[in-house]
Amino acid sequence: MFDFSIVTNWLNDALNGAMPSWLATTLECVIVAVALLLAYSLLAMFYIMYERWVCGWIQCRRGPIRVGPWGSLQIFADVFKILTKEIITLWHTDKFLFFLAPFLVVIASVMTFACLPWGKGMQVVDFNIGVFFIIAVSSIGVLGILLAGWSSNSKYTLIGAMRSGAQMISYELSVGISVLTMVCLAGTMSITGIVEAQADGWFLFKGHLPAIVAFIIYIVAANAENNRGPFDLPEAEHELTAGYHTEYSGIHYGLFYLAEYLNLFVVSGIAALLFLGGWMPLHISGWDGFNAVMDYIPSLVWFLGKAFFMTFVFMWIRWSFPRVRIDQMLALEWRYLMPMGLVNLVVMAVVVTNGWHF
Amino acid sequence: MEVKKPHIKSMKYEDFKDNEYIDQLVAELNAGGVNVVVGKLDQLLNWSRSNSLWPFCFGTSCCAIEFMCLGAARYDMARFGAEVARNSPRQADYIMCQGTITYRMAPALKRLYEQMAEPKYVIACGACTVSGGPFKNSYCVVKGIDEIIPVDVYLPGCPPRPEAMFYALMQLQRKIKVTKFLGGANRKEKRLEYVTDGKD
Amino acid sequence: MAELKDKISALCPQPQFDSEGEFLLVTVDDAQWHALAVALKEQLHFDQLMALVGMDWKDSLGCMYYLTNTATQEIIHVKVATTDREKPMLHSVSDVWAVANFQEREAYDFFGIVFINHPDMRRFFLRSDWVGHPLRKDYDENPELNPLRLDDEPNEDYTCTWVEDENGKVTKVDKKVFEDDEYVINIGPQHPSTHGVMRYRTSLDGEIVKKVDVVSGYIHRGIEKLCEGLTYPQTLLYTERMDYMAAHINRHCLCLCIEKALGIEVPHRAELIRLMMDELMRLSSHLLSYGCLTMDQGATTAFFYGFRERELIYDIFDRTCGARMSMSYATIGGVVADVHPDFVKDVRHACDVIEKNLKEYHQLFTGNVIARNRMIGVGLLSREQAIDYAITGPSGRASGVHCDVRKTHPYSLYDEFEFDEVLDTAGDSMARYMVRMREMEQSIKILRQACDKLEAEEGNEFVAPKVPKLIKLPAGHWYQQVEASRGTFGVYIESDGDPKPFQKPYRMHFQSPCFNLVGVVDLTCRDNMIADLITITASIDFVIPDIDR
Repeated sequence: MFDFSIVTNWLNDALNGAMPSWLATTLECVIVAVALLLAYSLLAMFYIMYERWVCGWIQCRRGPIRVGPWGSLQIFADVFKILTKEIITLWHTDKFLFFLAPFLVVIASVMTFACLPWGKGMQVVDFNIGVFFIIAVSSIGVLGILLAGWSSNSKYTLIGAMRSGAQMISYELSVGISVLTMVCLAGTMSITGIVEAQADGWFLFKGHLPAIVAFIIYIVAANAENNRGPFDLPEAEHELTAGYHTEYSGIHYGLFYLAEYLNLFVVSGIAALLFLGGWMPLHISGWDGFNAVMDYIPSLVWFLGKAFFMTFVFMWIRWSFPRVRIDQMLALEWRYLMPMGLVNLVVMAVVVTNGWHF
Repeated sequence: MEVKKPHIKSMKYEDFKDNEYIDQLVAELNAGGVNVVVGKLDQLLNWSRSNSLWPFCFGTSCCAIEFMCLGAARYDMARFGAEVARNSPRQADYIMCQGTITYRMAPALKRLYEQMAEPKYVIACGACTVSGGPFKNSYCVVKGIDEIIPVDVYLPGCPPRPEAMFYALMQLQRKIKVTKFLGGANRKEKRLEYVTDGKD
Repeated sequence: MAELKDKISALCPQPQFDSEGEFLLVTVDDAQWHALAVALKEQLHFDQLMALVGMDWKDSLGCMYYLTNTATQEIIHVKVATTDREKPMLHSVSDVWAVANFQEREAYDFFGIVFINHPDMRRFFLRSDWVGHPLRKDYDENPELNPLRLDDEPNEDYTCTWVEDENGKVTKVDKKVFEDDEYVINIGPQHPSTHGVMRYRTSLDGEIVKKVDVVSGYIHRGIEKLCEGLTYPQTLLYTERMDYMAAHINRHCLCLCIEKALGIEVPHRAELIRLMMDELMRLSSHLLSYGCLTMDQGATTAFFYGFRERELIYDIFDRTCGARMSMSYATIGGVVADVHPDFVKDVRHACDVIEKNLKEYHQLFTGNVIARNRMIGVGLLSREQAIDYAITGPSGRASGVHCDVRKTHPYSLYDEFEFDEVLDTAGDSMARYMVRMREMEQSIKILRQACDKLEAEEGNEFVAPKVPKLIKLPAGHWYQQVEASRGTFGVYIESDGDPKPFQKPYRMHFQSPCFNLVGVVDLTCRDNMIADLITITASIDFVIPDIDR
């Protein structure tokens, strides 16, 4: 399997050879940032189309097909349009916070996005508390949403913001606990470490029952964390018109939209990382020929494939389920998911200490 | 460079009914002359704007049901990229006014229109919004929404069939394709004049 | 009827009776009316106020009250009038029948009749700064009095009550709708789940709804006034634009009422075709209500499934009537044209497909744990409340009220068909939803029987041969009710027997089911959450133009 670190090392050596090391580092940072933002925006655009096609397919429709071949240019039309829309500033609002909010949301999702393991050796930084960092920065997003709802000076946005505050902070716990469960199994918080620990089998298969329970808890909680699917209360269209971003127009709204889809990728990516082996190919012990073929598929494809599959699951849930009510949503978290997660963590610890896992 | 006649996929220019109007708009735009760079950019923007028309759900009566059918599986307006129906006026591109507007509703409609972000368009859908329709003689029905807000496309019918709604959507796309975005056509004041010019 | 007369005479001194018409007419003086109303409800069990028709008889103003005994299905109507045209006042019966609350506000709006002791005497349909009362015969139609105003309505926070003291002196007492410290949000008039332009001013405590103030009239088009300026065949047009999801049924009702007044016998085949169209319309309406209920709860896909099947019904309408909605198919004496040759085949096909897909709907939505949690026990409406608020149709039957007009007062050919009245007792949102789903099965059953009958039918008449070219009704008044897709739809026609060739109705009133349904929004939504308000209104399922007319 091709190791991408060969490329990065070569680039690092070449740059350091040609210029002082501070300049080389700065230049590398710029290159990484540009690559990330490019990947970020392209993926978000792809995701928006992906959702529209999947949703069309589930709903017996065709989805966008007219703009460009199979509707592939549709998203570019949308992006250019939204860039040229007027940005409305409101009276009697805190303008600074109003403008800051969408950027906070985007910053949170870019920072989590940056930590994902894209492929073998294809990672921005690999530090020993990688998973911890992801959980920490992903919660900046809720701040943006709260600010958006608060600073819009509208009752609907305020209700939306309060709902999302309650929701995202609650479900952060379950996400954290199910991530911890997997960290417990892996024995490391480093993202590369977690992926490498799955070389001989994905955690979902390796970890017995506790891993499966953690996976289910993660799917539910991540959906809620993301304000999607049955948990789209903060922007519940049929209750609050558009929730916390009701008053945002033009690209400000576009940023919320972008961040929402990118967050979808991020949570799918983390699910792939923690449960489905990150960029590790599918290996079945004993089937050497099969394993060799699997190894030929580049690691980037494996990672994206798993993430897209997880996204499909999230979309499937979203388009089939009705929305829960706020009290039911909170009850689900505090009465069921979190206790279950905690017990599951203990079970996982017992399994790991006794070496009962595969 | 020249502003071209708008092209709509799978429908010929001659098949549309009001080509004189579009011709007139094109001639007006060409009269001033267009810079090549600006013109190209304009074309790109117009292409994107015309292909990404997000409706604002504004249904008051029967036409709204046909609009739902337009979004549903058989007619599927998602094909045109117009399925992103926004419930917040700030995020929508055009308002398809479906159903009678009464005196009590008129201030609300006006306010919703003013809340929309530029550039914004209006399709008057159904006989009631065009002229008051069967309720023209009523004491509290607005005789055509153009008394309140500027209208871009008039769509008669009671209620119009979904096919007719597609036709209106395409007409709106054609109209957008022959505007000058970079040149002030997206500002409301200018557009008001523009609309009145077109009607004469 | 004579027995009833005696009983009523015992209740109240000197009532006037008139048993000429279809129902017993009791005329009482306003001073005795409230006492009689209480006695009628408590002693004779006339517990439901079906319709309240405001009237202007030129020399007097007043109301016609249609009352039903829900146990025996007896109907009487009471006429109460006042000759004071400057300041007409009647006593309110909103404390006797809760439904009278909104009905009396409507009468106040249209005729300026003030109801004494009514808790909330505001206009219902028109702006609060409207000049005049449009359905009075002396209404000034000068558009300068009521121009198109683009400013906000004044005084929307205030309401008033007219209180009568012991000496009979009536004074106006102003009240506030909401207290100053309440957190009031506007749901509507433009909101995705009000299903049209309805406005609920909702007072919230956190997410809990404390009070809902229904503000209607955003789509009030003055249909009743418009009808007074048209001939009878022309008025048929408006029936389809009120409840557009029961277009055919409403039109059928008006046709039945005019036919009853004229004594026209409709050919069996024509009646059969009308009945089939009614049932198709009901199917289409219930599918829409399934779609909207699911979409309001966030299950968007179910909405598309519902609409997929509706297209089949639209196709049938399209082929026979030439239009997808607003078909204008029924006419006085029959239908305007014969059915399409493939009609029966299409109907059978649609029945098969819908029956098959109903299972899919249940799999997708009904069994879903979230859906069940959202609907079971939410928005309870007891049987007594349902009768008090005159809730009919699927919503009423979900509370256990036996109110299917097809069974209680069979009209058209419904007594020839075998079907069940779907009843439930839970009275919550789930029951309302399930009643609709089960009614679809019954409609399919009726349609299948009707297909067989239509094929076996020997005649080929689709319209009565002896319908006069100029429809002229004799003097009198008639009331006809049918089972529309959302409840009992009633038409009241009063004719003055005008001998002119193009006779126009003196008064035409449409008693729409949704008007009553919207009356329970405040009752059912209180102390529930905002999300429940959406569920409840979707499960009660009203069509706004039908409320506002």
